[in-house]
Amino acid sequence: MADTRNITMTVNGNSIAAQVETRVHLADFLRQDAHLTGTHLGCEHGVCGSCTVIVDGEAVRSCLMLAVQADGKSVTTVEGLADQDGMSPVQRAFQDNHGLQCGFCTPGMVMSLTAYLGENPDPDERDIREAISGNMCRCTGYQGIVAAGLQAAEELRGGI
Amino acid sequence: MKPAPFTYHDPTTVSELVSLLSSLEDARLLAGGQSLMPMLNLRLAQPEHLVDLNTVAGLDGIEATATGLRVGSMVRQAALMKNDQLNTDMPVVGEALRWVGHFQTRTRGTIGGSLTHLDPAAELPAVSLLHDAELTVEGPRGIRRVAMRDWPLGYMTPNVDEHEVLTSIEFRYWNEPYGYAFEEFARRHGDFALVAVGALLAVHNGVITRAALAIAGATPTPARLDEVEEALVGQPAQPDTFASAGDIVRQREAMSDAYTDARYRQRLAGVLTERALTKAASRAVPAEEAR
Repeated sequence: MADTRNITMTVNGNSIAAQVETRVHLADFLRQDAHLTGTHLGCEHGVCGSCTVIVDGEAVRSCLMLAVQADGKSVTTVEGLADQDGMSPVQRAFQDNHGLQCGFCTPGMVMSLTAYLGENPDPDERDIREAISGNMCRCTGYQGIVAAGLQAAEELRGGI
Repeated sequence: MKPAPFTYHDPTTVSELVSLLSSLEDARLLAGGQSLMPMLNLRLAQPEHLVDLNTVAGLDGIEATATGLRVGSMVRQAALMKNDQLNTDMPVVGEALRWVGHFQTRTRGTIGGSLTHLDPAAELPAVSLLHDAELTVEGPRGIRRVAMRDWPLGYMTPNVDEHEVLTSIEFRYWNEPYGYAFEEFARRHGDFALVAVGALLAVHNGVITRAALAIAGATPTPARLDEVEEALVGQPAQPDTFASAGDIVRQREAMSDAYTDARYRQRLAGVLTERALTKAASRAVPAEEAR
């Protein structure tokens, strides 16, 4: 018989309670149980970064965390960034700078940069490249992504 | 859902954890999950029981002792990087951590997980060797202390049995003033090192009085370079000394793999040794200026 637990977590401000199999990782929980398919799964072994979400304020690989381990925690996915006024500064910067091509890596890139800029408000280009070094864009569209990161940083600092 | 079925356990105390480990067959311990979760997702590991250390209280503290800093095995790599005491007293640890994965993996990855996984190219075992760390292991027969030198028993095999758990790591202070450096080469940023070398160096009146060197990635287990340390002590802290040290390290055996042959690793080991020593010497505080 399957090993299950009852868990409750806050996802993008909404409380979600569910019974999950303990072997389900957080990314599959978000996609299949919470029906939030914005979080993408590329490699499922922590290399590609496309499943990056923010858990209690910190960027994590959601494929490397079990859903049961997020019990009681607050999770933000790419669906949680926009508000009634529109897209977040990072999302807007991706649009302005053509920071996405096929879009597969985009949720992970956006979540990584959102978390990174929260702690590092004044990065230079090299810092941005290091921040996204754990996120792969197989379209190789890194120039636009780096430009988006720099624009978002400037906007978040109040420069735009 | 990718891992094969297992029974999940979430003990809340070390004693509960230890008695659980005594009663379970085929259990794996889950620390930060940055190595074990990939193995579970790929079904390279299919344990019957998964015991989560994240719910166990008391494993995430950092405290000063008379001899060093004791770090709980579940302290996250990101928390280590932000710890002022560690950055002041053992800055080589923070310098090495910048090479450990990415900021998105360091938020979960732990020091105990890294030491127990014991990848030959991992940075944290190397800096633990540099600072003569003492590891505390708890099990059904009580508490056992293991010197970091005795921790690697072989390739990815730490000195801990299936009923035991690593609970803390004490990094030992260097009481004299010293300089430090951690140099690494990896194919991409955040990948495991091809070779990494860490160095601590005390210099008095231009002469090396104490040296510690550790290497990762070259051999199946990380190692202290005792023979090089002995050769360095008493020598002037200058470029030809560091170049000769590099020459000694270049003679050591090294591993080959599909991408990188032994000769290239040996060459890297020599170059990185020279660089680490040069940087450590440039950062060495002269004894007369020390507080």
